This record gives sequence, structure tokens and C-alpha cells, in this order.
Amino acid sequence: MENLIEIKGVRHAYTTASGPLPVLDGLELAVPEGGFVAVVGPSGCGKSTLTRLIAGLMKPDEGEVWLHGARVTGPRATVGMAFQNPVLLEWRSILKNVMLPLEIVPTKSSRAEQEARARYLLDLVGLAGFEDKKPSELSGGMRQRASLCRALVHKPEVLILDEPFGALDAFTREDLWQTMHKVKQEEPFTGVLITHDLRESIFLADQVVVLSGRPARTQYVLDVPQTGPRDLDHLYTTEAAEMLAILRHQIEIAQGRAPADEVSA
Amino acid sequence: MSWRKIATPLIAILVFLALWEALVWAMGWPNYRMASPSDLGPAYTKYWELFLVNGWQTLWRTVVGLLLAVIVGTGIGMVMGFSRTMRDALYPLLVGFNAIPKATVVPIVALMFVGAHDFNTVLIAFMISFFPIAVSVSIGLSTLEPEYRDILRSLGASQSTVFWKIALPKTLPEFFGALKVAVTLAFIGTNLMEIVSPHGRGLGALFDSGKTNSDYPLMFAVLIALAVLGIVLYYVVVALEKIFAGWAERQPH
Repeated sequence: MENLIEIKGVRHAYTTASGPLPVLDGLELAVPEGGFVAVVGPSGCGKSTLTRLIAGLMKPDEGEVWLHGARVTGPRATVGMAFQNPVLLEWRSILKNVMLPLEIVPTKSSRAEQEARARYLLDLVGLAGFEDKKPSELSGGMRQRASLCRALVHKPEVLILDEPFGALDAFTREDLWQTMHKVKQEEPFTGVLITHDLRESIFLADQVVVLSGRPARTQYVLDVPQTGPRDLDHLYTTEAAEMLAILRHQIEIAQGRAPADEVSA
Repeated sequence: MSWRKIATPLIAILVFLALWEALVWAMGWPNYRMASPSDLGPAYTKYWELFLVNGWQTLWRTVVGLLLAVIVGTGIGMVMGFSRTMRDALYPLLVGFNAIPKATVVPIVALMFVGAHDFNTVLIAFMISFFPIAVSVSIGLSTLEPEYRDILRSLGASQSTVFWKIALPKTLPEFFGALKVAVTLAFIGTNLMEIVSPHGRGLGALFDSGKTNSDYPLMFAVLIALAVLGIVLYYVVVALEKIFAGWAERQPH
């Protein structure tokens, strides 16, 4: 019932040299506590703007963003972020990278406890033994795992994932999908996943939100029947194929390649 | 490994000196046309005290000028790196200033601050060497991927926290790259002042007295001494780079 994230009627335009560029126009999004929502949509439709809104890094021109019953007016330490670019600090070890947020967020735990938590998370994502390596010594997938640990180390209420697996090869990506399920079981979070990959959206999320082309509004919402951990085999069932077909069709509408049908989101 | 690292450049220098000696010998040049390495030894032993005193004067004024360039250059770079407006405003000014040959500035500075030789020399060394530092710092800061900022900003970190924890260390490799260029430029600046507006101090003045006395081996000896000082200072910067930005060096695979 209680929605941890609630976005109501958000409109936003960027000022550019050639006048205002509307990116969001009537965006609605609600994520219950512990829920995991994937947001898909055509390129450049304003998905990343959405993540910056939830993180409190910018304010919408119109509309409201609520997080845990409080209006978001600025950054808050209860958010963790991971991007397509893992943005690890190359001069720090993996362990020190993961512990970075704890240097910003006020915390009561001792240094030893913080380190123990970072080590536990690294172990959880399969990076045990790499704590003292530098990011340049790790593969792309491993860096992304470390970036995930950094996003979770301060126990955020909300995890914002902006295409974190977008630059990885297909097999590494599937590995990381399964790691995500494992992490969510051990370290429950409420998540928003921005992605271009429809298979990823139905494999990871409980709900998939399709945004229209720019300016983006909520065009379609698909509930994924499976929740919690699932098997990669599920992606090859008729049920999954049907969901993918629906999403594919919605994306085509969003891109303006297919006529809009009468859908109530 | 480290033996090779030292031996390779040393051998290269010896080969260079041998070729130089051979060239002068083969062409039969007298030493007032082109001094050879074998002329340098006597010049150094004859004037070793002058070399020490003047070398030190050149060195400290170059280093002070360089330190000023680092402080001011980093400051300007920060202002330009963080503000688009300041970048647009300052770039043409800086480029214009940098385009002015510093040899033409020397007499102006010498007139402006008559008699303040040390100050003048430091000033020229500074003016000639701050530009690459300012540009590299500003580029390093302005090209910081927004995600780096977002990671900390989303947790409520202040701009200055972002600067100290991410922007500054991330700019260090570019900064040291520029500092290597600035080191040699600063030497040029110091010597410009010492030669164009002579006041009896520094290796430039020693060069000038060699010229006046037609002591060609002395002039060449000064040039080599300058080169040696330049190499020493350059490797000091390389050592600092290893300490502060060694992480940027990729391990060979």
C-alpha cells in the first residue's frame, strides 16, 4: 500500500540555446516498498532525468517527487546510484571505493564495522579476494559489481540503476542479472532500473513502465507475474515471449512507428 | 630492471657526447666555432665556483617561478574548470597573453621593477610557465564525467567535498603532464631575463660573460649546465608524479 517512491504529474524542460526543450511531460511512477520497477523507453526520452529527480539532484518544473512520505527537495543520503559507467576512483583500491559513501553519509558504525560491511558486500557479488586491487585491474563486469556494492554500502532505501549493465557483453550481463537477484534477497532494497533491454526489464523487475518518446509521460505499465528470484530459463517461456511482444509493441508506439492504441496505463 | 632504467639513458648521453666530439674532430672546427665535449672539462674546472654560485641562482629562481606558476595556474584552472562563463571570458585573454613572446616582455618588466632582479627573473619564469598548468587543470576539471559528481552529490556532499575527493585527484595526471612542460619553460624564462637584461646573476649572466670574452667553451659549458639542471628538475617532477599520480600508470600486460 505504502509507496516508497511516488512521482506525480512531473513536467520538466531544459533550457537550450534554441529555447526550452521539454523532456518530461506528465510522468507518473509509484514504487512500493521493496518493489523493483524497470523503466524502458526510446533513447533520449528523459529516463536519466528521472533518476536525477529521484536522487534529488534536480527539481522538476512542475509536479512532485515523494520519497518515503517526504517531498524530495534536495539530495538525501538514503539513495544509492549506479550508472552504465562504473565511475570508480582509479587511485583507490576496490575496498576503499566501496567505502566512499560512508565518508559522506554520517554513520554511527565504527571503521572496522564499515570495512566489514564493504567486505561482506564484495563477497556477496563475487568479488572476494579483489578488495585490494585497483579498478584498472578488474574487468568491466567486475567493476560494475564493485559499483553496485558502493551503491549499497550505506544501506540506502532506494537503489537507482541507470543502465548499469548496458555496456557489458551478453553473458556477463546475464551473470550480473542473477547477482542482482541474490543481492536483493540478502540486502532488500526498493529499486528503479533504467534500461534499454526488454529482457532485462522482465527478468529483474516486478513492474515495467514504458515511457513515451520525448517529452516523456508514462505510457504503459506491465506487471510481471513472477516476483523475487527467477531462473534464466524463464526468459524462454511463452509467458515471457508474450510480455516481450507487448513491450516491443509499446516501444514502437513510443518511437512513433506504430499507431497508439487505446491503452489506459 | 631498474639497472636498465638508469643505464639506458646514460649510454644514450655518452653516445651523444661521442658523436658530438667526433663531428667537431672530423670537421676540424676550431673551438670558437663549435666547442667539443673535451673543451667542457677545462671550462668547468676553471670556473667551477662560478658555476656553483650562478647555477644555484638560476635554480632557485626557476623553482620559485615554477611554484608561483603552479599556485596561480591551478587557481586559474579551477576557476575556468568550474565556470563556463569564466572559461569563455578567460580563454582568449590567456591565449593572447601566452602568444606574446616573453623576450619582448623582459625589457618591460626590467623597467617596471628597476633593480629588483630576483623578482623580475622569478616573474618571467612564472609568466612563461603558468599557461600549460592553467589549461590542463581547467580541462581536467571541466571534462569530469557528471556521474562522478552525482555519486557524491546524491549523498548530500558539498561541491568542495567533490573537489577534494574526486576532481582534484582525478586531474593530477594531466597536471603533472603540464608540469613537465612547465619545468623546461620556466628555465627558458629565467635565462631570458638573465641574458636579455643582464645583472650579473645566474647561468645566463655567465653565458653572457663568456660571450663578451669570446670564451666559447664557457658558453657551451653553460648550455650543458642548463641542460643538466633541466633534466634534474624534470626528474624531480617525474618522482612527484610517481608518488601522487602513480595510479594512472597502466601496468604493462
